[in-house]
Amino acid sequence: MEFSAALLVSAIVAGLLLGGFYAAVSVGISISFGMLDVVNIAHPAFIILGSYIAYIVNDRFGFDPILVSVVLSPVFFALGMALYRIYYLAFERRGQESLRGLAFFFGVLFITEVSLVLVFGVDYRLVQTGYSEITWRFGEIDVPMRLAVPFAVSVAMVAGVQSFLTRTFFGRAVLAVAQDQLALRLMGVNPFRVKELAFALSIATAGVAGALLIVIQPVQPSIGREYIGLVFAVCVLGGMGSIWGTLIGAFVLGIAESFTSTFFGPSWAPAVSFGLLLATLAFRPTGLFGR
Amino acid sequence: MSNKLFAAVAFAIAVAIAAGSQLIGNEYFFTATYTVLQFIILATAWNILGGYTGYVNFGTAAFFATGAYTAVALYNAFHAPLIIMIVAGTVAAGLVGLAVGYLTLRLRGVFFAIATLALAVVLYTFVVNWDYVGGARGAYILQPREIPLGLPRYIHVLYIAMVFMCAFALVVARAIETSTLGRGLAAIRDDELAAECSGVPTLRLKIFSATVSGALMGMAGTTLPYYLSYVEPSSAFSLSYAVNSIAMPLIGGMMSWLGPLIGAVLLGTIQQIVQVTVSSAWNLLIVGVLLVLFVTLAPNGIMGWFDAWLRARRRS
Repeated sequence: MEFSAALLVSAIVAGLLLGGFYAAVSVGISISFGMLDVVNIAHPAFIILGSYIAYIVNDRFGFDPILVSVVLSPVFFALGMALYRIYYLAFERRGQESLRGLAFFFGVLFITEVSLVLVFGVDYRLVQTGYSEITWRFGEIDVPMRLAVPFAVSVAMVAGVQSFLTRTFFGRAVLAVAQDQLALRLMGVNPFRVKELAFALSIATAGVAGALLIVIQPVQPSIGREYIGLVFAVCVLGGMGSIWGTLIGAFVLGIAESFTSTFFGPSWAPAVSFGLLLATLAFRPTGLFGR
Repeated sequence: MSNKLFAAVAFAIAVAIAAGSQLIGNEYFFTATYTVLQFIILATAWNILGGYTGYVNFGTAAFFATGAYTAVALYNAFHAPLIIMIVAGTVAAGLVGLAVGYLTLRLRGVFFAIATLALAVVLYTFVVNWDYVGGARGAYILQPREIPLGLPRYIHVLYIAMVFMCAFALVVARAIETSTLGRGLAAIRDDELAAECSGVPTLRLKIFSATVSGALMGMAGTTLPYYLSYVEPSSAFSLSYAVNSIAMPLIGGMMSWLGPLIGAVLLGTIQQIVQVTVSSAWNLLIVGVLLVLFVTLAPNGIMGWFDAWLRARRRS
C-alpha cells in the first residue's frame, strides 16, 4: 500500500516538526524542575503570556513575532528572577516548597490565565507572518514553513541552552546545583544566586516558546493547560534535567501525537502526553536516558 | 467529642437546616447556597489528602466531573433514581482516585500532583469523544416530574441531598482526623521517611486517603446534572473547581476539618456576592489572588491566626 507508506512518512515528518516545537516548550521545565527542583507548574502560563506579547507587538508595529520574543527575552528573564525570589523567600527557605510552593505556582498560573481573559477575552488570536502561507513540497510530503521555522528556532535555542550549560562557568555551576547543593555551599558558592539566574533563564525560554506557539496555531488564554501534562511528560521521558534527553523526549511525544491524530483523529491528541507520562512514571520513572 | 456523637450532631444540624430552609420563599437562596455547600464538600475532600497527608491534588475537576458524568450515563441508561446516581458516582470517582494513587503515589509527591493535573485534561478528552454522554455538545437532563416528600420544586430535593452529603463529608473527615489512621497520615505529612521507618504503612495510607478524597469529590458532582439541567465538558471540567478546592482549605486552615469549612463558607459567599454584583471572571481572579496572598503571607490560614491568638492569650 503506497498510500499508507506516504501517510506514514508524512505523519513522521509532522511529528518531528511538532516535536521540535515541544522541545522549546519543555526545555524551561527541564531546567527548573529537572535541575533546580522547582516545580514550576505555571510555566505554560508564561508561554501563553509570551504569545500575547508577541501578538500585541506584531499587531501594533508589524514586527516578526519570533524576533520580538528574542529581543524581549530580558523582560521574561527579569520576571523569572522576581518570581524565584518570592518563591525562595516564602517557601524554599522555610522548607515548605512541596505543598504550599505548588499551590503558589498554581495560583500564579490561574491569575495569569484569568487576567489574560479579562484583558483580551476568550477569542482565538493568530499572527500572520510572511512565511505563514508557504509550504515546501518534497514529493508526497508537505513541509509547511509555519511549522518549519519554529522547529529551526526551537532546535537552535535548545542547542544554545545545552552549550551554555556545558561550556560556560555559570552553566557548570547550574549543573553543580542540580547534583549537590550542599557541596556547592561548602565551596563558597551561593546556590540561591545560581538558582535565581537559572530559573530566570527557564522563564526566558518560555517567552520565546510562546512566540513560536502563536506562529504555529491560534492562541487563547486557557490552552496553556494542555501544555502542563506535555511539558512534564517530555521532561520525565527525557530523564529529568538532561537537555538532549528533552529534545529526544519531545520528538518521541511529537511523533506519538502525530500518529494519534492521523490514525484516530485530532480530538484524541491531548490524551497522548498524559498516557505517555503515566506509562513512564509507572514503568521507567528515570526516563528513557536516565541514570 | 466522640465520632458517633459528632455524627449525630452533624446529621441533626443537617435535618434542622433542611427543615428550616422550607420556610424560605426565595428561590435564589437555594441556588446560591447549593454552590456554597458543593464547595464545602470539595474543600473538605481535598483537605483529606492535601491537609492531612500533604499531597497536592490539582485534579478536583476530574473527580468532580467523574461523578457528574457517571450520573449523566446512568440517566441516559435507565433514568436512574437520584440515590443510585450519588452512590455510583461516588464509587466511580473513588476508583479513579485509587488508580491514579496506585500508579503515582509510590514516587515523589510532586509526580502525583502533576499526574492529577494532567488527569483532568485526559478525562476531558475522553468525555469530548464519548457520544453517549453528549460529547462536546453536552447533554440535556430533565428533572424528574414527581417530587418526593411533597417539596415544591426539584431544586429543594437537590439542596437537601447536598446538605446531607455535606454533613457526611464532614463526619468522614473528622473521623479520619481523630483516628489512628489520621495520625499515620499526619506522620506522612511531617516526615515520610521517618514515618516509614517507624512502621507506618505509608503507601497503603496514601492510597486510602487518595481514594476517599476522590470519592467525596465525585459525590459532590453527582447532583450537578439535575442542578444545571445541561452538562457540557468545559464547564464540568472547569479549572475553577480545582482552584477553589485548594484555596478554601489554605485560607481556612488545613490542620482540622473546621478549616476547609470556614474557608469554603467565607470564599463561597464572597464569590456569590461578586458574581452577582460584578462578573464571574473577576470572581475567579479574586480567588486566585487570595490563594497566592494567603499561601505566601499566612501559610496556616485563618485557623492559624486563631491558634496564635489563643497561644498569646494563654501566655499573658
